[in-house]
Amino acid sequence: MKQSSTFRISVLVFGFAFLYIPILSLIVYSFNKSRLVTVWGGFSTQWYGRLLENRQILDAAWLSLKIAAINATGAVILGTLAGLALARFGKFRGRTLLSGMTTAPLVMPEVITGLSLLMLFVVMEGAFGWPAGRGFTTITIAHMTLTLAYVTVIVQSRLSSLDDSLEEAAMDLGARPAKIFFLITLPIIAPALVSGWLLSFTISLDDLVVTSFVSGPGSSTLPMVIFSKVRLGVSPDINALATIIVLLVTIGVILAGIFMARQEKRRLRDMQMAAAAK
Amino acid sequence: MSARAEAPRRHRHSAGVQLILDFLHRLPPYRWTQARLVRWGITGRTAVAAIPYFWLLLFFLVPFIIVLKIAFSDARIGIPPYQPLVQWMEGGVMQINVHLKNFYSMVEDSLYWKAYLNSIKVAGISTVLCLLIGYPMAYAVARAQSTWRHILLMMVILPFWTSFLLRVYAWIGILKNNGLINNFLMWTGLIDEPIVMLQTDFAIYVGIVYSYLPFMILPLYSNLEKMDLTLLEAAADLGARPFKTFMTITLPLSLPGIVAGSMLVFIPAVGEFVIPELLGPSDSLMIGKVLWQVFFTKRDWPAACAVAIALLLLLVIPIVLLQRAQAAEARGAHR
Amino acid sequence: MATNPRPQQQLAVWNDPQAVPYVHIDRVTKKFGDFVAVNNVSLKIYKKELFCLLGGSGCGKTTLLRMLAGFEEPTSGKLFIDGVDVTDLPPYERPVNMMFQSYALFPHMTVEQNVAFGLKQDGVAKDEIATRVDDMLKLVRLQQFAKRKPHQLSGGQRQRVALARSLVKRPKLLLLDEPLGALDKKLREHTQFELVNLQEQLGVTFVVVTHDQEEAMTLSSRIGVMNQGEIIQVGTPKDIYEYPNSRFVAEFIGNVNMFEGRLIEDEPDHVRIDSPEMGGTVYVDHGVSSAPDAVVSAAIRPEKINISTEKPAQTDNVTQGVVKEIAYMGDMSVYLVQLASNKIVRVTQPNTYRHADDSITWEQTVYLSWHASSPVVLSE
Repeated sequence: MKQSSTFRISVLVFGFAFLYIPILSLIVYSFNKSRLVTVWGGFSTQWYGRLLENRQILDAAWLSLKIAAINATGAVILGTLAGLALARFGKFRGRTLLSGMTTAPLVMPEVITGLSLLMLFVVMEGAFGWPAGRGFTTITIAHMTLTLAYVTVIVQSRLSSLDDSLEEAAMDLGARPAKIFFLITLPIIAPALVSGWLLSFTISLDDLVVTSFVSGPGSSTLPMVIFSKVRLGVSPDINALATIIVLLVTIGVILAGIFMARQEKRRLRDMQMAAAAK
Repeated sequence: MSARAEAPRRHRHSAGVQLILDFLHRLPPYRWTQARLVRWGITGRTAVAAIPYFWLLLFFLVPFIIVLKIAFSDARIGIPPYQPLVQWMEGGVMQINVHLKNFYSMVEDSLYWKAYLNSIKVAGISTVLCLLIGYPMAYAVARAQSTWRHILLMMVILPFWTSFLLRVYAWIGILKNNGLINNFLMWTGLIDEPIVMLQTDFAIYVGIVYSYLPFMILPLYSNLEKMDLTLLEAAADLGARPFKTFMTITLPLSLPGIVAGSMLVFIPAVGEFVIPELLGPSDSLMIGKVLWQVFFTKRDWPAACAVAIALLLLLVIPIVLLQRAQAAEARGAHR
Repeated sequence: MATNPRPQQQLAVWNDPQAVPYVHIDRVTKKFGDFVAVNNVSLKIYKKELFCLLGGSGCGKTTLLRMLAGFEEPTSGKLFIDGVDVTDLPPYERPVNMMFQSYALFPHMTVEQNVAFGLKQDGVAKDEIATRVDDMLKLVRLQQFAKRKPHQLSGGQRQRVALARSLVKRPKLLLLDEPLGALDKKLREHTQFELVNLQEQLGVTFVVVTHDQEEAMTLSSRIGVMNQGEIIQVGTPKDIYEYPNSRFVAEFIGNVNMFEGRLIEDEPDHVRIDSPEMGGTVYVDHGVSSAPDAVVSAAIRPEKINISTEKPAQTDNVTQGVVKEIAYMGDMSVYLVQLASNKIVRVTQPNTYRHADDSITWEQTVYLSWHASSPVVLSE
């Protein structure tokens, strides 16, 4: 028993070192004075200042944030509808197709998704004149198609892990379907919607390949700008940007983790109290 | 206590929603719309399913059909507005030639063949490496104390939330000639001149394993975590030593998790573009990169479409495997 | 502590002070953090016994069993099986097999492979494995299911596979954790007898953990009643039922009526207890060694109380009450009778004659009486 726990601990130490050393190196070198990123030249925050002066990066970040927020909201609405249909409507005609279409983008290589969406936009523009050119709209549509799959899966699994007797009870008590959705179903799946929104937001903010296909001149997102800079080699202001992103994400994930742990604790305590009362 | 304090607030909130809904239901437009929809046989359910359905048909299924048509250079496409399409559409007889050309060239041109085989090789080796690193990690996390388990799992997921692009970028700084590893090795005196690691196949493997490791760990973790531990006790009770128990019970039972994790790594790795582009040699042949170059550099759209179709065909078997593994996991049953 | 003399036991191995115990649990304690799951338990189990550990949930019976199997290490104390100290042996080196409550059948293996698993680990020759597995499946009547997977079997069949798998290695000791817990009532009764037959046929020593007192009574040669990590009483089913050594055991096994009272006579051949709760005196035809004037309880089983509408001709062991409830159970009837002290007494009477219970009805005043040999005097 003792031996196996030493083995498990060393596995975890090495595994997490592999996962975290690259990220830590990004952070450390973002405070490096030297331009040569990996040669330490003293502590400095100059690259953060440079970053804030870089209009190209700031504009791209603003565009990316806008797209990510709209995309996440749209994806959550569409994904909730799809998840609801798949989890609660039983067997209906075309269910298999819907289920296939919602899961396929998850496993589709991004180059294919990006290429095919671009072809669609080109053909649509030729046929209807919409969407005129490519940019904000096409990127948002593409991201929504991609991320609604994630939301659908999250919502569907959340709904199917809860039995539908709650909704049936509401119906039995005389509530209309729409009312049931807003009063019963929505509060139940709210945590799933929050994580779906955050996931969609992050994926959109991070996507390079699909975006590169469907974006047009003048609408370069943050990953596109980073990519074009990084292609030319390391650059310290990208390290500074990475540090900011890592910091924000870490705070977010830790907050979410604490929140979930607290809920779990409360649930356990409630269960213990229920058991004690029995 | 807190639950009791929360209850009235939630109740008030629900009451507010209910009030709004009641109000909406009484409005003439709502009633009129509802009556219309019912007359057309459209219920709320149909509408709920129809909206995402329509969206996915239009933005997911139709695009594939268009790609397929362009790859086969179908004449019925109409008049496309873009130069490459127009060129390729000209001349009635030419159309059949061009139609064959896209797929023919994929057989003829060794570039495509090599890219396919190399992509499969790279993705395959990366998947195996991911499994070798990911399985022990998933096992260690799943068998950790429950208080630790959540923290460890969060630590596995955390990198996944930070930018993929930036994580790949981090490896440039680590692997390059005056990067972290070479600096360290030269400092210790183990080597005199830097080992070339960046822009090699090695760097591609590192990048893929690093980026997709969480995809391997998560399905394995969820399989191992819900495994019935009394089975392992039963094996020990019947005389199996820990290693034998692992080989005869744990490993076979985690097979669906292994397949799911492997496919979740293999599928995106085959079509990977960013990692070979940033970390690999400039002439590295990965099918995703080839597609990108054919499209953006050569501007040959039909050829790019043909490559996409071929890539998709390549992934049919892994995708089917993935779905079967996931279905098996959902059922909780074993063959 | 009040002691009740018992009738002379038949010559059983556990009454022979010379007998060598087959399983010896020697002052074993198991703590999980601050929680003491098993508290200084000593127990001797003899060869070919079918020993039941009986107790409520969380009483430590399963922990004790898991220590015998080797899944838990005792915090202190020693375990001996057939004279060998197995305290530090890992489960895969112990001559012990266990049948799990959930059966723990390997879902990816057939019935045959499941049963063969243990033999394979011991490196038994292929031919021998085949014959032994076949014999075992024949014994539990599962031959025709050999190629099936566990999920293709019924609950009762799975239980028999689990039994076959743990018996095929011919263990010195078979541990059974709630062996019948997952079966429905009818099947359970049938299987109980099957289990006993199999045990007698193979001569393997069984230790069974159960919370079901009926099951323990039917199966075992002896029962160890556990509570809060301690063994309260060890004895044959009859001992435990007829001569419980404490209120806990009396109340845990079957139903019992307790009358609290004061010892007013304490002679070697009888005692008399004055119990205002009962509304009279309890006369017991054997002595107990206890302090005079001690507060004790007289425990009387419901089936040992006689109910009648006419006043019996005795001054001790008789009281009066009003019938509050009558439950007709088919083979017998249960009466709940309220005494003057408001105490409810439970009385059961066999329905020997078809119309026997017609004479007693709700709200009727009845007399309750019992024989002087029926009460057991308990001081704790």
